[in-house]
Amino acid sequence: MMRFSTLVKHPADWMTGGPGVADGEHAAVITSRVRLARNLRRHPFPGWANREQRVAAFEVLRPAVEALAPMKKAFSGELGGLSPVQKQVLVERHLISREHAARGEGSAAVIERRQRFSFMLNEEDHLRMQSIQAGMRLSACFEALSALDTELEESLEFAFDADLGYLTTCPTNLGTGMRASAMLHLPGLVLADQITQVLQAVHKIGLAVRGLYGEGTESLGNLYQISNQSTLGEPEEAVIRRLERVIGQVAGHERNAREKLLEDDPGMVADKIGRAYGVLRHAHLIDSKEALNHLSILRLGAGTGFFPAEAIVTCDTLLMDIQPAHLQLHAGRKLSPDERDAIRADILRERLESLDAPTHGRDDSDDDGEDSGES
Amino acid sequence: MKCDFCDQKATVFLTQLVEGNMKKVCLCEACAKERGVTDPTGFSLADLVLGGAPAFPVPGGAEPFATPGGPAKACPSCGFGLDDLLRVRRFGCADCYGTFRDETLAMLRGMHRGLRHNGKTPKGLIAREAKQRRLSELREKLESAIASESYEEAAGLRDEIRNLESA
Ligand SMILES: [Zn+2]
Ligand SMILES: [Zn+2]
Repeated sequence: MMRFSTLVKHPADWMTGGPGVADGEHAAVITSRVRLARNLRRHPFPGWANREQRVAAFEVLRPAVEALAPMKKAFSGELGGLSPVQKQVLVERHLISREHAARGEGSAAVIERRQRFSFMLNEEDHLRMQSIQAGMRLSACFEALSALDTELEESLEFAFDADLGYLTTCPTNLGTGMRASAMLHLPGLVLADQITQVLQAVHKIGLAVRGLYGEGTESLGNLYQISNQSTLGEPEEAVIRRLERVIGQVAGHERNAREKLLEDDPGMVADKIGRAYGVLRHAHLIDSKEALNHLSILRLGAGTGFFPAEAIVTCDTLLMDIQPAHLQLHAGRKLSPDERDAIRADILRERLESLDAPTHGRDDSDDDGEDSGES
Repeated sequence: MKCDFCDQKATVFLTQLVEGNMKKVCLCEACAKERGVTDPTGFSLADLVLGGAPAFPVPGGAEPFATPGGPAKACPSCGFGLDDLLRVRRFGCADCYGTFRDETLAMLRGMHRGLRHNGKTPKGLIAREAKQRRLSELREKLESAIASESYEEAAGLRDEIRNLESA
């Protein structure tokens, strides 16, 4: 069984990008995730079960999940045995939910070594399984996860109803039990002031949209999540096809917005990217909000030729590593907010040391590149 | 814009699905924090909002069901009551869905794109169930065959049962 320290020492597969990290679509779509909710037929749901019943369900679930081929050398830990910081690191990596982190004995997380699959045992449902991959890979996520689900059916008797599908604690998950989502990076649409319009259109189709770091429409770091809301009445593949179509369109809008910004106002774009680079390279104290927003602009720079495309991976890894629990894990102790700001800045300077200053937009002004001189 | 829960300025905006209708929820910093909505890692938010934690109040959301008079119905398998269901909009066990069928169907109206599952089915489970059903059918037939002294038919049924059991 893998140790916790080994699990988190390496970045998740999706952070290092995998295939197609530098292509246009990945610039906008950071990750794809699919989650399936399943319950055992003859056990009360975790929220209603008493302690013994929870443990009984747990003892049925755990060996079944650990026996899955990709989970053979997985990390498997009861939540009661993890420290608050360790649990928070798993939350920051999107491997367990915040609600799950609040649980203790009788709940567990089983996480594949490359962090492509994770299983929450006794979360709101008996089993919440997740697949996460870099880029626009919803179909691949679903297929991989569904295969594991099918394998689990051999040993577990899932609660299923011919009319209502997979039975879940909350009726909003009933049917497929599937929530498919993509994490999007949309700085171009935000800078071009088109984000609200685009997100409203997505919303109208019945998909859920929210800022990843949930603060209204202007999400921190320009990160957004689009997911399905309906789980009953349609096959999983139809839901995923619709999501892929819509997400592809949003990614297209983002690409157009970036191109148009570079054409219409290259000075503004270069200025923002240059400032973000300057701050991240030279700050000694930086809070997570500022870091997140500058990293977002740096990532935009990596997607628009100001930096090598591989810098996207650096940004995605940093987005994770500058979060509070990751910093404390890195430091090996609890940190005050001031200490965090200092260590966050240290990590940023160190990791960005070899990133050369942005180059784009200086020498390609072949026609009308003169500054107008107006003031 | 004001917070839906107090008079502070709202800074967090959420969209919630209430009875199939999209409802915008505006919260101030303090109320958002109190309800766990400002989680900086946020990934669980969709579940929190769409699933709605039991304590999460629905602003202006009228209770859609009148609790029928008399003692509230409860699930025979797990003891979860109809009043619990209407309050937290969660189920206690798989059998609750059968116990509270009508209430469930009313609750589902407008919540999803359809009212009938049209996705993946656990084929193993369904095959096992079909097999069990077929076996008990055959055993009943066998008993009546024996009772009516149709021994030839009984022998055939026995073979069929044996084959099915070992399949
Ligand atoms: Zn408030
Ligand atoms: Zn029940």
